Amino acid sequence: MEEPIIYAKDLTKKFGDFTAVDAISFEINRGEIFGFLGANGAGKTTAMKMLIGLWKPTSGKASVAGFDVYREAEKIKKNIGYMSQRFSLYEDLTVVENIQFYAGIYGLTNQQIKSKTTGLIEKLGLLEVRDSRIQSLPLGWKQKLAFSVAILHDPKIVFLDEPTGGVDPITRRQFWDLIYEAAHNGITVFVTTHYMDEAEYCDRVSIMVNGRIEALDNPSTLKKQFNVDTMHEVFVKMARPQEA
Amino acid sequence: MRTIYFLVRKEFLQIFRNKGMLPIIFIMPVIQLVILSNAANFEIENLKLYFVDKDQTSYSRLLRSKIEGSNYFVLSGYGFSTDEGEGALDRDLADLVIEVPRGFERTLVRDNSEKIQLTINAIDGTKGALGNFYALAVISDFNRQIREDFQAKGTVFAISKPLNHIKINYSNWFNPDLNYKTFMVPGILVLLVTMIAAFLSAMNIVREKEIGTIEQLNVTPIRKHQFIIGKLLPFWVLGLFELSIGLLIAKFVFDVPFVGSIILVYAFAALYLFLVLGMGLFISTFTETQQQAMFISWFFLVIFILMGGLFTAIENMPVWAQHITLFNPVRYFIEVVRMVMLKGSGLADIKWHFLIVLLYVIGINGLAMFRYRKTV
Repeated sequence: MEEPIIYAKDLTKKFGDFTAVDAISFEINRGEIFGFLGANGAGKTTAMKMLIGLWKPTSGKASVAGFDVYREAEKIKKNIGYMSQRFSLYEDLTVVENIQFYAGIYGLTNQQIKSKTTGLIEKLGLLEVRDSRIQSLPLGWKQKLAFSVAILHDPKIVFLDEPTGGVDPITRRQFWDLIYEAAHNGITVFVTTHYMDEAEYCDRVSIMVNGRIEALDNPSTLKKQFNVDTMHEVFVKMARPQEA
Repeated sequence: MRTIYFLVRKEFLQIFRNKGMLPIIFIMPVIQLVILSNAANFEIENLKLYFVDKDQTSYSRLLRSKIEGSNYFVLSGYGFSTDEGEGALDRDLADLVIEVPRGFERTLVRDNSEKIQLTINAIDGTKGALGNFYALAVISDFNRQIREDFQAKGTVFAISKPLNHIKINYSNWFNPDLNYKTFMVPGILVLLVTMIAAFLSAMNIVREKEIGTIEQLNVTPIRKHQFIIGKLLPFWVLGLFELSIGLLIAKFVFDVPFVGSIILVYAFAALYLFLVLGMGLFISTFTETQQQAMFISWFFLVIFILMGGLFTAIENMPVWAQHITLFNPVRYFIEVVRMVMLKGSGLADIKWHFLIVLLYVIGINGLAMFRYRKTV
């Protein structure tokens, strides 16, 4: 069997006495869209930051794209794309300048940068605003562009940290079309969200509560297991058992 | 190399697009250099002098007219009693009071000596000392004149005691006109270059932390040294550019002589800037907001500026303070600029400056490299 592209075993992160991520374990396969769900403060972002080499884990094991998160963080970084919760494009640079900058620091050749830039602008329909600064674009456009820039260098995996916060359902739908396209092209997608309709789009989801993974399966199995119709109800039962 | 190119290109795009930053970089230093150089003046002229004449003879009037004729003093008042003089000092109508005692002329002729009372407002020590110095100069001039007068008249004692004055010849090296600006402008220029470089580098990286883009950069395969060079290089170029504007102003506006090698000044500045930028970088590694970075930079800059030898000569500081200035980069640059520009010193004269600053450059940048982490 193929090795999982992301592997975590008892991965833990403590900040002083507070355990933000408590011994989580999972495996993600190549090409999967993996939804990483949880309420605010459940530890989703912390877990993700350990996988992408921004934070060192306190204990446990993890590997991403075959590289160890403790020793080979820089090798991991060559193989992943990342779109953070906070906005990651430079607001005072234009669309084209942002694309060129990120393409450049990922080591693309001039030829590649040129064709990628043209291709991307065409695909996202940004021809009119290619020389406008990011700050002048609507949020939905920015997020689509940020996602496209995150996968510009054809990474093996892309990590998305609540990528669709604050945009309307139609734009979110369009955003997910981009995610599907990336997955179709063989990029594994690791996405955190608390929109439960988005959870339905994922191949598999995990639900984090207070730093632990309380459930991990595909959405239909989870719904069956909890005997409900939507992921939303699953989530409410999991995350707030006392209210359900 | 390519990565650094893209980083530097991005920085320059951002700098030239920042409407708030451009004037700070390009206009403010010019204005500051021109204003500060004209305002920060230690020459003291037009001291207010109150003249108390208890004698009212031709000699006392001669002394008064000498004082009135000097550039240093303005006669702010004129009286006949000690109380009047002290009152003028109290009410700040006078910086100093000269009191000529009763019987001044008579004693002078008879004994060939007499005392004059000089009272000085010494709240501002420098001003007081200079006032004292100027007054003595005027009085000794007066002294010489009456002696010549005696001699011409052939008074008895003048014949018996021929005058031997010792004449002092002054020769002011390296700043022959004792032009204050020649001395100040290079120093102020150093301060401006230092401030711009330190602030820009510290604020820049912290700004990326604030808007969150640093996180994005930290998940790219950028290497630490690429990031640091990419951040330092643009401000290094700006610093040298700033220096060039300043030198042009010094030369063409203030007419500061440029005796030494301009290449030497640039070579030193090039090294020095890495020290200041490294400091900014180091500060940015342990601050989270631009305010914090600003305050910490400012804390150090104030010490550097006040203890750099521009406003207080280092030799005049207490010994412990002089030791502290050994750690002050500004001190070295001010010395070098003055030595090279005004004295024409060569590399051999400033080799220790180079060496010390080089050590600091390696130290602070090493520290910054060590502190800067892509992983938390």
